[in-house]
Amino acid sequence: MNKIVAVIGGGVAGLETSIQLEKLGYKVNLYEKDSELGGHAGKWDRLFPNRRHATEVIDSLTSRIKDKVQINLVATVNQIKRENGSFLVEANGKSQKADAIVLTTGFELFPASKKEEYGYGIFDNVITSAELEKMFADHGKPQSTTGKTPEKIAIIHCVGSRDEKVNRPYCSKVCCVTAVKQAIEIKEAIPTAEVYCFYMDLRMFGPGYEDLYKEAQVKGVNFIRGRLSETSEMEGSRVLIKAEDTLSSKPLKMTVDMVVLMVGMSPLPSTEKILKDLELSPNNDGFVQVKDYHLEPTHTKAEGVFVAGACTGPNNITDSVNAAHSAALEVHKYLTSK
Amino acid sequence: MVNFGYTPLPTHIHDMDKASLTLADSISFEDASFNLCIACGSCTATCTAGSFTNFSFRQMCHQIKRGESKQAIAESEKCMLCGKCTLACPRNVNTRNIIRLVRKANQTI
Amino acid sequence: MDLHAIQIPFHPFVLPFTIGLIFVAFYIIGKWIYWVSRFSWEDKKKIFVGLFSLKTPQAIWEVFMESLLHRKVFQRNTLLGYMHMSLAFGWFLLIIMGNLETRFFTHGRINPPYIPIFFEFFEHNLVSLDYGRFFTFTMDLLLLFVLSGVGLAYFKRFRSKPLGMKNTTKHSTIDRLALTALWLIFPLRLLAESVTAGLYDAGGFITNSIGAFMMTFLPLHNFYYASWWAYSFALGAFFVFVPFTRYMHIPTEILLIFLRKYGIAEKNIHSTYTQVELSSCSRCGICIDACQLGSDLGIVSTQSTYFIKSMRYDKPSEMLVDSCMACNRCDQVCPVGIDIASIRANERKMIQLFQENSYKYINGYEYRKAKVAYFAGCMGHLTPSVYKATLALFEKAGVDYNFIDRDGSICCGRPLQLTGQEDAAKQLIEKNIKLIENCGATVLVTSCPICAKVFTDSYKLKIPIYHHSQYLLKLAKESKLQFEKSDIQITYHDPCELGRGLGIYEEPRELLSLAGNLIESNNSRENSLCCGGSLGITNLTQEQRNTIASITLSELAVGKADVVATACPLCKKTFKSASEDIRIADISEIMLGAVQKSANKLISKEVNKSVIINN
Repeated sequence: MNKIVAVIGGGVAGLETSIQLEKLGYKVNLYEKDSELGGHAGKWDRLFPNRRHATEVIDSLTSRIKDKVQINLVATVNQIKRENGSFLVEANGKSQKADAIVLTTGFELFPASKKEEYGYGIFDNVITSAELEKMFADHGKPQSTTGKTPEKIAIIHCVGSRDEKVNRPYCSKVCCVTAVKQAIEIKEAIPTAEVYCFYMDLRMFGPGYEDLYKEAQVKGVNFIRGRLSETSEMEGSRVLIKAEDTLSSKPLKMTVDMVVLMVGMSPLPSTEKILKDLELSPNNDGFVQVKDYHLEPTHTKAEGVFVAGACTGPNNITDSVNAAHSAALEVHKYLTSK
Repeated sequence: MVNFGYTPLPTHIHDMDKASLTLADSISFEDASFNLCIACGSCTATCTAGSFTNFSFRQMCHQIKRGESKQAIAESEKCMLCGKCTLACPRNVNTRNIIRLVRKANQTI
Repeated sequence: MDLHAIQIPFHPFVLPFTIGLIFVAFYIIGKWIYWVSRFSWEDKKKIFVGLFSLKTPQAIWEVFMESLLHRKVFQRNTLLGYMHMSLAFGWFLLIIMGNLETRFFTHGRINPPYIPIFFEFFEHNLVSLDYGRFFTFTMDLLLLFVLSGVGLAYFKRFRSKPLGMKNTTKHSTIDRLALTALWLIFPLRLLAESVTAGLYDAGGFITNSIGAFMMTFLPLHNFYYASWWAYSFALGAFFVFVPFTRYMHIPTEILLIFLRKYGIAEKNIHSTYTQVELSSCSRCGICIDACQLGSDLGIVSTQSTYFIKSMRYDKPSEMLVDSCMACNRCDQVCPVGIDIASIRANERKMIQLFQENSYKYINGYEYRKAKVAYFAGCMGHLTPSVYKATLALFEKAGVDYNFIDRDGSICCGRPLQLTGQEDAAKQLIEKNIKLIENCGATVLVTSCPICAKVFTDSYKLKIPIYHHSQYLLKLAKESKLQFEKSDIQITYHDPCELGRGLGIYEEPRELLSLAGNLIESNNSRENSLCCGGSLGITNLTQEQRNTIASITLSELAVGKADVVATACPLCKKTFKSASEDIRIADISEIMLGAVQKSANKLISKEVNKSVIINN
């Protein structure tokens, strides 16, 4: 049994799928467009809800595939062709055969500069949640551009989520809990800092999430129910933000040292090309359309093409791992019956 | 029935059994986007008029939906129709049209 | 000459024509007198002064060029122009030649109007007379000319695309009846003259041949009277229809051209001039294709032709009044030159939704003090990259400026104006004038064309007003700003309020060409498309606006531009919301990019920052 499965994308979903398929005895070709495995989670500092280091998870995943699957780094899949019931996957000018394909291409973080009024890329101290994670990883605490420690920080929920003006009408699920996690981390790193979360609804759907929210409240994180409308820059590169405090029905303005934008999960543009090759179409939100949302969530409409992880829509790590297991099993069922 | 000596003050509660939702119904009939508000407050936050006076488009819509049409109509006059809120709304509520519909209701009442 | 010897020929069949003609002539003269009498004294004075000036021959020339030759329609589409010209000018020449012919043969006698029209009925022996062949030939040729137009008009009803029109006007029943009468006139004339020519050999090259041909198989003498009666009926019916149908435009447009030449124009409320304009609309439907509500959204029942029609006969519905983006593209293409935008704007003023003291809450507020005042406007606060780039350029040029509405602006009033809320707009304008005057500025610069439009038209400020594209160009011309041209390909989008609204087309282009290569899109300048974000319309959904924006963007990106440049915060936001594939940037951002590249004058981040800090 030497059947080959191509796994496209080396994030959590791709790694877990590869592990499972390898255990089932398949030869796995893993394609990763970056120079490192681990995807977005690999670039994160700590994970919700228990704030373990992301490296723990990623290292565990990568160590289990090491030397067991063919890992193609800096390998952007340019073309997938069907040939005699199997596939030809072309990356970096090299074509390799595959009997089945698992799409684990993931997502991209919403490009925050598309929300011009929020000032990302225009004002210095407007950063994204990903940049804050990097600050935590590098310095253990947030830092303004001048190297100063911010004392007043606003965390903005739903940036590039639930927003029809930027064509992202869906909820990205994980930003609420990420915001709460980061708020707690800021409070822990800078106990004197004032932290304000601007939210529309707090969607704490997972186990331990609500506890995290409570912990943030206990630690003194402020929650303001209102969505940011616009920012402008003030003296000393501070940022003036405007929102409505909807619970008291009054407009609210606040000058802060730093604005952190909780960027949502967006469909990855390069996935679209792969979908075209496979004659698949994206769903309404632009993510990969699964065959049956309830019953076949890791199938696609194309024969031999399976899917797992956040390329099907916003997802947390647990969901991605579950989907990866499911996809591996479905690939196995498909290849053994073929 | 035992008289406990107090009753809820009617002005302090939304009595949805008695509230007249005619205006809400007519507006959502004319412009379906009226129903799409998620009360995020972007409109109020960005509002040009709102930086000079207590005017909240979000609250005005809410008042209409709770039958407080009179207050809403009085509020709507503060709007400058500048259209900033239309650009801010994440749910594509057609805010300027709704203001016009509310102002038109003022003329018919 | 013995006057008694002159026998004026007569036959009862001329009656339908004659009655129709008398009716329409009296109606038109009456209407003209009525209109002119109802003009204000000021306008009457203009007419009187103009009447004896060079403007009169100029107007006559324009009547000839537009009403007869249809120059503007020609510019739009040659075939469509030919159709209109052959009908109007051809008919006109037929009348002139007919009169000459009759006068010639009756030795200068003044004849009743039916004589030249039905001359062939009364005079069978034309060919043997002096120049007879010349006249019969010419008259036949002219008839052919008109008939070719009728043929095209007929063709256009079925397939309008070859005539440059995707949509044609849907006419009412009475308009269709009048149209039928008009279409019958010339074929019936051909028939009557051919029958006569067949019987008496009295026609020219066409009528004679058709007559001779018909003689071979038809008892033509049976058709003789019937055909002349039918021709006369068609003419009479058409004349009677004129006052009640779109054909009233024929006489009214002439009056309109004269009035316009004499300097009469739309006012801020409906006037008698409006009545003249309404009757001048021929419902040609050219405005339908210009309207993006039709071309992009498939709404083809609210265009100006329908709006004007319902204005003429009764009161337009709210739907008709409101369903317009006020982009003024129809104004640009109207071959009659009707000031549609003003008529619609005035009609929108009929309902005032705000009260006298709506904005009493604005008091005690002040703009920041400034020499050169920069005004971002409401929308401008949602596009920080635009004001930041503009101010960075000001800084670079050493302009002593201040961002006067940095802490918040009072709306300029234009959005209210666009929806017809004149009373409310006035209140805001008054408040804003005071605030701007109090800030002590000597120059006012805004990056919002919507603000610029109302500042220019309604504010009557004593200081010069610039759109930022104009001001930046001025700085460049004064060598205060130096740009380095790169090979970036730029397509410029004319915002409605800046282009058609204020006539500012050149300055943004001149400025941009200092930064890169300009590519013109198919619809630019006067014909530029609306971005879809229009504040002039409130009954569009965001999806509809996005559709318009995407189509406009795809037109703009046709030239494979690297960047689509706008000069309006609203256009920028609207485009960005509709597309993520095309780079969209304000003119100021592009210019800042061009300044930063120049080696000798480096604009550092410090400068950029100080822009904000110093405020």
